[in-house]
Amino acid sequence: MKTNDTHTTSLRVNGKDYSLDVLPWVSLLDALREKLDLTGTKKGCDHGQCGACTVLVDGKRVLSCLTLAVTKDGSEVTTIEGIADGNELHSLQKAFIDHDAFQCGYCTPGQICSAIGLFKEGKAQTRDDVKELMSGNLCRCGANKGIINAIMEVKEGGSYE
Amino acid sequence: MNNVSYSRATNVNDAVNKVTNHAGAAYLAGGTNIVDLLKYFITSADELVDVTRIPEHHEIIENQDGGLRIGAFVTNADTAYNAIIEQRYPLLNKAILAGASPQIRNMATNGGNLLQRTRCYYFYDVSSPCNKREPGSGCSAIGGYNRIMAIMGTSEQCIAVFPSDMCIALAALDAVVNISGPAGERSLQFADFHRLPGDTPQLDNNLLHGEIITSIDLPAKGFEKNYSYLKIRDRNSYAFALVSVATGLELEGDVIKEARIALGGLAHKPWRVTAAEDYLVGKTATRENFAAAADIILDGAVPYEYNSFKIGLAKKAIIRNCIMALNPETQLPGAHPSK
Repeated sequence: MKTNDTHTTSLRVNGKDYSLDVLPWVSLLDALREKLDLTGTKKGCDHGQCGACTVLVDGKRVLSCLTLAVTKDGSEVTTIEGIADGNELHSLQKAFIDHDAFQCGYCTPGQICSAIGLFKEGKAQTRDDVKELMSGNLCRCGANKGIINAIMEVKEGGSYE
Repeated sequence: MNNVSYSRATNVNDAVNKVTNHAGAAYLAGGTNIVDLLKYFITSADELVDVTRIPEHHEIIENQDGGLRIGAFVTNADTAYNAIIEQRYPLLNKAILAGASPQIRNMATNGGNLLQRTRCYYFYDVSSPCNKREPGSGCSAIGGYNRIMAIMGTSEQCIAVFPSDMCIALAALDAVVNISGPAGERSLQFADFHRLPGDTPQLDNNLLHGEIITSIDLPAKGFEKNYSYLKIRDRNSYAFALVSVATGLELEGDVIKEARIALGGLAHKPWRVTAAEDYLVGKTATRENFAAAADIILDGAVPYEYNSFKIGLAKKAIIRNCIMALNPETQLPGAHPSK
């Protein structure tokens, strides 16, 4: 049934409450970027293959490009804009800089949100585990070694939040 | 993306009624496949019925027969990391973790995993003929670039493969699929759930319009001592299988009491050949016997121009995976080949 009906959707994004009127097919990614001007979350492939759009929904890392915004009514969303503490960067942001864990930087917000999700899940013990459990985030520039180094440093430091 | 309307189902009956009463309606759970298909204009759905807020079927509970009931709306990640599944059905844990990426596993549900559609390139390319997408238009894969396509159970209409990893383990474990629909409830043995393409390649499985998967039952036997899942793919992670193998063995000393071998990447459904499993019963667990079983499984394989390599690859994968099942600790994260 074709529709022009919008759905009122409440989202708490980076600690701030929003009420959006969205059409059913609007992805969470487009809602964040186009309606809330939170353009830190990137649109790479828009088909769930690259991980650039990774955000945390209710604490879990998901792909915002394959998530319809309307389905997350009432949820809490964390994007790259919401992880620093004022001017104090998140430990993963610092580690990505220290380890030169990017070249063009387009995949970086997704990589960092994904790594936060990885830590919360608590399933990665070894470097091999981290590599496997970060495989949903592609880096076209090939900065993967720096990315894994940055994550390992924060993981072993143990202060990821 | 398609212009679709959206509604939320409050319970299973409400969901079934909403979809049954409208031919263009489809269920929406994790959305990892159907949202993508909508973006490519591959599915004609024009109404999405969100089933994720139905209060039931979000749990994994023990059945009285010693088995397990896995709710259809539990995510793939929560299923893989469930303590009972890790302990008693590690084959299922391994297979789920070999599929997709952590983000997708956090979103995708178990019911949806069974219903995901093929990743045949021609199915996804709306400018190419495809009998699965548009019945009667022809199969572009048969005379095309068919490296990833099926070698077992194909038809002149379709040579696409079913892409799931989780379902290969469910096939090996003899799972049962519980379904609700307009005519009430029913159950299908896992082997009877998915279909071969035949003359109706547009049908991936035997669900009728309006029917919904509510749960999946696992029998008590989990092969937790001797199991292995091996996935061979073009890159080491986050890719679909060229060939995958799920093996469960029950051993008495060196002698095989029961064997299960299911394969992915070879056919339009998870592929099991019970004659090969029966052959192994009473035999010793040796490379030679596993090779003979592999030959039985692959007897009758029909390759196409670019995928004949799958026969040799599948044979080696079956043997290697059966040997890994003798010593499950040799498996690596993500079902990579052992070092």
